[in-house]
Amino acid sequence: MDAPADHSSGRLKIFIGMAAGVGKTYRMLLEGHAEQETGRDVAIGLLETHGRADTGRVAAGLPLVPRRRVRYREAVLEEMDLPAILRRAPELCLIDELAHTNAPGVEHAKRHEDVEAVLAAGIDVLSTLNVQHLESLNDHITELSGIRVRETIPDAILARADEVVLIDLTPEALLERLRAGKVYPSERIDAALNNFFRIENLAALREVALRQVAEEVGAKRLTTELVGSREESLAADAPQAVGERLLALVEPQPSAQRLVRRAWRSAQRLGAGLDLLWVRAPGSELSPDQRRSLAALRQLASVLGARMIEEESDDLTAAVAEVASRRGTTYILIGGSRRRPRLRERLRTPLPQRLMQRLPGVDVRIVADRSRRPNGSTAEGS
Amino acid sequence: MNAAAIVAVACAGALLGVAAGYWLPPHGRLPARNRLQSGRRILLPFTGQEISRRSFEAAVRLAKAENAIIMPAFLAQVPMNLPLETPLPVQCARGMPLLEAIEQRAASQGLPVDSRVGRGRSARDALRKLIEQEHFDRIIVSADEDQRVGLGYEDLRWLLERVPAEIMILRPAPEDTRRISIKAVSGHF
Repeated sequence: MDAPADHSSGRLKIFIGMAAGVGKTYRMLLEGHAEQETGRDVAIGLLETHGRADTGRVAAGLPLVPRRRVRYREAVLEEMDLPAILRRAPELCLIDELAHTNAPGVEHAKRHEDVEAVLAAGIDVLSTLNVQHLESLNDHITELSGIRVRETIPDAILARADEVVLIDLTPEALLERLRAGKVYPSERIDAALNNFFRIENLAALREVALRQVAEEVGAKRLTTELVGSREESLAADAPQAVGERLLALVEPQPSAQRLVRRAWRSAQRLGAGLDLLWVRAPGSELSPDQRRSLAALRQLASVLGARMIEEESDDLTAAVAEVASRRGTTYILIGGSRRRPRLRERLRTPLPQRLMQRLPGVDVRIVADRSRRPNGSTAEGS
Repeated sequence: MNAAAIVAVACAGALLGVAAGYWLPPHGRLPARNRLQSGRRILLPFTGQEISRRSFEAAVRLAKAENAIIMPAFLAQVPMNLPLETPLPVQCARGMPLLEAIEQRAASQGLPVDSRVGRGRSARDALRKLIEQEHFDRIIVSADEDQRVGLGYEDLRWLLERVPAEIMILRPAPEDTRRISIKAVSGHF
């Protein structure tokens, strides 16, 4: 992990695996040593060796921030000492088991919240996570394994990580490690083999872990690809693509959802691609309602497989014409306006006509609001 | 000034007033369904091709009483073998017409509607993501064994335990099997 340059917040690197025993903590400790050798101040904030001798050995030589004792009812529990880590302020802190739930009475309910605090202090963090602790996968993994994992973390934590490293091991190799006593003490091996550590479970979990990391990589790649990406370049090179392409003009308001749905259905019937275009006036501010509507439109576009394009211009016709030309649009869909036009708008040529003048050969369709038909309320499902 | 001039000026003034009323944008309140409100929001989630009429009618009654926005939400489920961001045309082919039908029926009763689409690994995951993104005052769901219509019991328990909104769960009514389905879409969709 590179030292932070101008980051005010620390960098987070997560080692993720399909199950306990694949070597996440071991790998984290090895990286801690490697960082220490480059001269960085590294400390272990929390380490769970689970009695594994190999893990204990590799931790030697890395300074450890001692745990603190927390009294809870009749028990005394040991937890990570967040204030001590923040006081110690290493450059890099190793914090095992990201999904852990803290004992009541400490600063945060969950360890990932502690990690957020450490990162906020500008300290880099290495941490570990099993894939079944991800909230969105929890149901699926319960179905696969029959075991519900209670400690979960929001997927956003993984998405927020600067690096995610998959520690992979074949199910056969993991079972071999388990039988050799390298994962759990001997008295727990049989129970583990009969429950969670069944080969079909491990194979399914491995698949989930591999896919999850692939998705993270894909998501990061997509967010770094801006305009000028390969897809954009191809589109620019071949604006007059074969076949139909629809362009729906939207605004961040609830009625746009209806327009998008109708445009999508038309696109489905035509076997055409669908673009949504919102032309925003320069410097215009969105109200909270509009922001919500815009987010909902983006989500709808994504689910439908449409492309949401946002342009800033005070000339709507010119902006639409430019996008339509760039994207090879053959149909433009617009919604009927519900507000009465202002005087200036009444004196101008209506938008459909302006578009037809600017874009000869492109169909322009005005999509009606069916709910406003006089008999709109008569239809009924059974 | 003679009488004819006074009449002419009066007529011109009247004409100007009428013209101004016609040309200038309206200042009155828009009909409720055309208005965006930041008021109360009632979420009506569904997963399949139909919803229970009782849930819909409960949402309508509450929305009318509370001057609230109805937010029907289609919960799309992404199979594990696909990335989370993947488009889901097959599911949308079922969900979009029902969103349209709900929107049309609510709008025809003068209620403002603001539809949503949620996406996740399961219906619960999709709902969780939706609730994380936006605030809802009430959530209306029907407890129906047929999960094409309502959410499952585990999902309902999760809702009650984890969601900071008022949850209205309508118990199954075997004698009342009325549904709102995609057949309710008015006209070509």
